[in-house]
Amino acid sequence: MKTSAWALVLLILLALAVLAGVAWGSAQLGIAQVWAVVQHQLLQQTGQASAVPDGVLPHYQIVWMIRLPRVLMAALVGAGLAIVGVVMQAMVRNPLADPYMLGVSSGASVGAVSVLAWGVLAGAGLYAIAAGAFLGALAASVLVYLLAQQRGRIPSARLILSGVAVGYMCTGLTSLIMLTSGQRDLANALLGWIMGNLAGTQWPALGLPAALLLLGMAWLLAQARQLNALLAGDETAATLGVTAERLRRQLFVVVSLLTGVMVAVSGAIGFVGLVIPHVTRMLVGTDHRRVLPIAALMGAVFLVLVDGAARTWFAPMEIPVGVFTAFIGGPFFIAMLWRGAAREER
Amino acid sequence: MLRAQGLDFSAGGKTIVRGAALHVDAGECVGLIGPNGCGKSTLLRMLYRVLPPQRGQVWFEGQDIWRMDARAFARQAAVLAQASAPAFDSTAREAVMLGRLPHQGRFAADSAQDQHIVDKSLKRVGAASLAQQSMATLSGGERQRVLLARALAQQPRLLFLDEPTNHLDVRYQLELMRLVRSLGVTVLVVLHELNIAAQFCDRLYLMQAGALVASGTPREVLTPEAIHGVFGVRAAVDDHPATGRPRIAYWIDHD
Repeated sequence: MKTSAWALVLLILLALAVLAGVAWGSAQLGIAQVWAVVQHQLLQQTGQASAVPDGVLPHYQIVWMIRLPRVLMAALVGAGLAIVGVVMQAMVRNPLADPYMLGVSSGASVGAVSVLAWGVLAGAGLYAIAAGAFLGALAASVLVYLLAQQRGRIPSARLILSGVAVGYMCTGLTSLIMLTSGQRDLANALLGWIMGNLAGTQWPALGLPAALLLLGMAWLLAQARQLNALLAGDETAATLGVTAERLRRQLFVVVSLLTGVMVAVSGAIGFVGLVIPHVTRMLVGTDHRRVLPIAALMGAVFLVLVDGAARTWFAPMEIPVGVFTAFIGGPFFIAMLWRGAAREER
Repeated sequence: MLRAQGLDFSAGGKTIVRGAALHVDAGECVGLIGPNGCGKSTLLRMLYRVLPPQRGQVWFEGQDIWRMDARAFARQAAVLAQASAPAFDSTAREAVMLGRLPHQGRFAADSAQDQHIVDKSLKRVGAASLAQQSMATLSGGERQRVLLARALAQQPRLLFLDEPTNHLDVRYQLELMRLVRSLGVTVLVVLHELNIAAQFCDRLYLMQAGALVASGTPREVLTPEAIHGVFGVRAAVDDHPATGRPRIAYWIDHD
């Protein structure tokens, strides 16, 4: 199947997933009721309707104020984490790389909660949290990269162990900061930051991740061929006119920005960046001009569906979405390790 | 075409290349030979603009290669390095298309000309039928030919090869070298096997412990004395009955 066909299928799936995501929940709604609210809101935006009609009102709050922003945020975060996974795997030339596994998400969490707990730059709100998360992500990713290197190469085992070690330290720091901050609501939010949680998303929070996702995607697509060269190895890349070290430095910044903003709005959600790029490559090959957009769409569909499941499976209790992605991603990772080991033995 | 002078490189307190000077003229096939660990690959990497020399200079057509833009140099010179297994699988055609990278703009799609050059490159190395196969399923010889096609897709005037026949069966060794010679580009090749070097190269540089110790035609360089001095084996050199090129037989004394 061609890439454009996959893109179309995934776009349709995304639209269906968003509708389903809004309909699912403790108060079960029909697609028609969801559509009525969305339609009304669109008309109101364009000045063709004013008051909320009586038939729509009871669902308006749930659909427009609670579920839709959350579902859209799931789509943004899923897309963002998926492309971060794609890029990190190219950077370290290893299909096992993932922002959560390599401690980058946990580093971002440390940065985000530091801002929350100590009120550094607190006036800037989400921007301050995202900035903190960016710095945390950058520090963690550079640290893991340096630790994992061994004579210019990055062996899988060393990469994962470095990532896990840095990730644990960061998770410990996050917990310590939150528990000692003296702010009760911060301590209560601890699980959400460490596991990843999309509950309570509001409309204004969508702007920054959406903007950074679009900018990051555009920049990465401009580097897509360079990323292909990076997969072939630094030496080969150099003989094709690509300076791998410089490209990698730029990628560190972009990956940390994207991870930072995604963690700032949702906490550290694991394994999306591991599962989605792998499945994408099985469908469309390794060329980043195809992998990046397809992985973004697939990540969006995936996280919308998984978040829907996390909200409803144990209803009325809500489970953080990261718990569910871990249940899917963990076995997936083990399967990849097995296959990798089998390949190395051959 | 390519000229180097006074190249030095050392790492970890150990000298790997010292005072290397060489030149490659347009249309030549020049071989670089020497025992394992003598610094051949390091010298070659300094020449193809991946490893900055600690002293000395390299010029391509009179231009200092380190003052050239990396992309501009990649349009003039291509490299076929020792084969290594890729971490991510791609089709042979995708691997060859990568060779168009130094010619392409950032956002431009692969042009009809790019497609044409890729097809032609695959055909020239006899790998047109492998185009849609995954690189992981190819044999060592097939993979080397595809990677040679990638180098050709760069449309280089100068081709660097680092032990291209390593791990290949004798038939593939000969085929690959004959193919390289038939391309009509200038070649600088690091070779392990002296008989291959004698058969396919116009000139040779002999390297020992980081220094170039002899240069000239294969017949001038590959003397029994030089081979004994550098490789530590006894050798007899005569004429190859079929090609007329120097032929080397080795042995080692029992003592």
